[in-house]
Amino acid sequence: MLQGCVALAEGAIAAGCRYYFGYPITPQNDIPEYLSGRLPQVGGVFIQAESEIASINMLLGASAAGARAMTSSSGPGISLMQEGLSYMAGSELPGLVVNITRIGPGLGGIASSQGDYWQATRGGGHGDYRLIVLAPNSVQEMYDLTIKAFYLSDKYRNPAMILADAILGQMKEPVRLKKPPVEIPHKPWALTGASGRKAQIIKSLYLGDGEMEEHNWHLYEKYEQLQRRDTLVEIDVDDNADILLISFGSCSRMVQSAVGMARSRGLKVGFVRPITLFPFPHDTIRELSREVGRVLTVEMNTGQMWDDVRLSLHPGCRASLLARPGGGIPSPAQILSKMEKLLKAGDKVAEGIC
Amino acid sequence: MQKVFARPQSMLETTSHFCPGCHHGTVHRLLCEAIDHYGIRENTVGVPGVGCGVFLYDYIDIDVCEAPHGRAPAVATGMKRVAPENFIFTYQGDGDLGAIGFSEVVHTANRGENITVIFVNNSVYGMTGGQMAPTTLLGQRTTTSPRGRDLRNDGYPLRMTEMLAALEGVVFAARVSLHTAAHVKKARKAVMKAFHTQLEGTGFSFIEFISACPTNWNLSSQESVNRIEKEIIPYYKTGIFKEKDGGG
Amino acid sequence: MYYDIILSGFGGQGILLTGDLLASAAMLEDKHVTWMPSYGVEMRGGAASCTVVVSSTRIGSPISEKIQGLISMSKPSLLKYQGRIRSGGLLVLNTSFADPDLVEREDITKICLPASEIAYQEVGEYKMANMVVLGAFAAHSGVVSLEKLEEAAEVLLTGRKKKLVPVVKKALNCGGSYKKYVRAVQPVKG
Repeated sequence: MLQGCVALAEGAIAAGCRYYFGYPITPQNDIPEYLSGRLPQVGGVFIQAESEIASINMLLGASAAGARAMTSSSGPGISLMQEGLSYMAGSELPGLVVNITRIGPGLGGIASSQGDYWQATRGGGHGDYRLIVLAPNSVQEMYDLTIKAFYLSDKYRNPAMILADAILGQMKEPVRLKKPPVEIPHKPWALTGASGRKAQIIKSLYLGDGEMEEHNWHLYEKYEQLQRRDTLVEIDVDDNADILLISFGSCSRMVQSAVGMARSRGLKVGFVRPITLFPFPHDTIRELSREVGRVLTVEMNTGQMWDDVRLSLHPGCRASLLARPGGGIPSPAQILSKMEKLLKAGDKVAEGIC
Repeated sequence: MQKVFARPQSMLETTSHFCPGCHHGTVHRLLCEAIDHYGIRENTVGVPGVGCGVFLYDYIDIDVCEAPHGRAPAVATGMKRVAPENFIFTYQGDGDLGAIGFSEVVHTANRGENITVIFVNNSVYGMTGGQMAPTTLLGQRTTTSPRGRDLRNDGYPLRMTEMLAALEGVVFAARVSLHTAAHVKKARKAVMKAFHTQLEGTGFSFIEFISACPTNWNLSSQESVNRIEKEIIPYYKTGIFKEKDGGG
Repeated sequence: MYYDIILSGFGGQGILLTGDLLASAAMLEDKHVTWMPSYGVEMRGGAASCTVVVSSTRIGSPISEKIQGLISMSKPSLLKYQGRIRSGGLLVLNTSFADPDLVEREDITKICLPASEIAYQEVGEYKMANMVVLGAFAAHSGVVSLEKLEEAAEVLLTGRKKKLVPVVKKALNCGGSYKKYVRAVQPVKG
């Protein structure tokens, strides 16, 4: 059994990550505390930086030098990293950023929240870019998706983020440590010194006529490819389901319990869990919502993923939201009761927050 | 016929886009001379910050990684930790290093990162149009201090070299100027020492170049040189402020 | 099968380790398990608690509003959590730190043990009270076997803690024969 933060750190090491740069903030301190001891054992480097701003830029430098590297933080620290993330996306540099979220805005609180969904999936920094965002919902996935995040990040030369929270970070569950052979792709673009080749530049500044537009279309094409090829989603839908529940991360665990309870009462329900939040499984949800006329999104925020859900829905499908934005966790009983209420009301209940 | 003055090998053959009287070109040349001298072009990576200095890659034939404004020392830290065998230097202006990137340079120096920081101090934000910098002298008029830098409103001009020299992690710290041939000779020596420091692996090395920005000073090249001699050097004294054993 | 339990007490009583041991033992029995410590504001005031879920199928929520079992090692934790025990559920109380008269529930099974005193008498160590209550819980509930708890102790207690393994095993087994120490196990009424 491993704690979520430790599983994530072990996943990073299994993926060949040997560099960590970070600044303390609750509730993610288990990651740097663990890696400060673990990385030197495998020939790696751990630096406690002077700020999250420095952390993300150390990551930028390590990535430009061709290494797999990471940083981790929580809400306020991730806000400080947005500049660096924008530069990394613009410079096409891979790297992993872990956000073990807090409640915001501001200093907020340290309990579980999913209020950083917009920040993670919409960029958060300036410019026309996206992060690759993966949202684990178990300790096993804290391990597996960290490995996956490094893979996708290198594949698309774009920073990736693990979006998790204190529940996933603190929880212990059994983990199978699959040790995949580390395949760090050849990085001919890395800055290793201009030996036997022309000098190379890693940059995000393009001042020539049309250069920037061309660059942004190039980035866009990568994001389109991501959408087509690497969208991850968990689907568990009954035949003739009457309602579809959509949830991600720790919150989806409560929904899974509620789905189990609903089924034991004879209800026909469906469950969809986006594993990649960007790329978002728009097609899956569009398809399923054509068959199931009612969707209930459950989130620990005021409905941030609900935006993406509503963008995906088949016309005519009714969308409802169960939201807990203040550190409260929707209980399986609460979810079940909303579900039953919606089903009972049928078409009489309008769309919206319930 | 004997060739007595040539372009350093690592310097790209191109026309300078810098303004007349600007000293960036001279700094580039000194860096290239040192790169050639130590034969390290093939394992050198430069990390320019944001400002006129970002165009480093148009002039020096080495690998270059752009850094966000002020963050070059953090980027360089990441690079150096991944590849300690590579020669890594940052190239930063006074706004980049002395204002927005103050924290990064101080902590990088304090960790004793084995990198070299090239600090070009022309006492204004050059690229953005001549605004007041942390190094702007008292009374100096800029686009954001139209009545001259006012002590009560803006505080004192920052002496970075003296501050950094006080840190244990710093092995070599010098301030040089480029406004006369004699000063350029001293600057060349300082650059060689700073490079040597990093190549020996002894720690953080820092050089501040007093540099002219005639465009934003609203002065001619010659007037700019005169200003450096009469107004700047008296406040920003040149010399080696730190040279620990093992450095140079 | 599905079982959820909160283990609670003061910081320093080994509450989190006790929960870890329970979850690890269940894992060794090929069960699905989750272990969730209290965190955030709940951590203030020296209180410690964790929720352990053991199930033969995949576990959804790692936290529970209503629980089947409560191990309580302190007065505040008893007062805080006793209301969350399901009717017909189980309470194991360390009466060395909480007066059994404070138990308000009549619809649950109660095992009230002076676990700290037992631990001191039997293994010479007050701090083994957590293992005594865990042994009693396991023996009564059957959620995990004492053998698997012993096995889990060997897995979990390594390094400097390894020397504790024999004491832990002894304390677990003392708890296992809890009937010796209680005047009466109070079963569910009615």
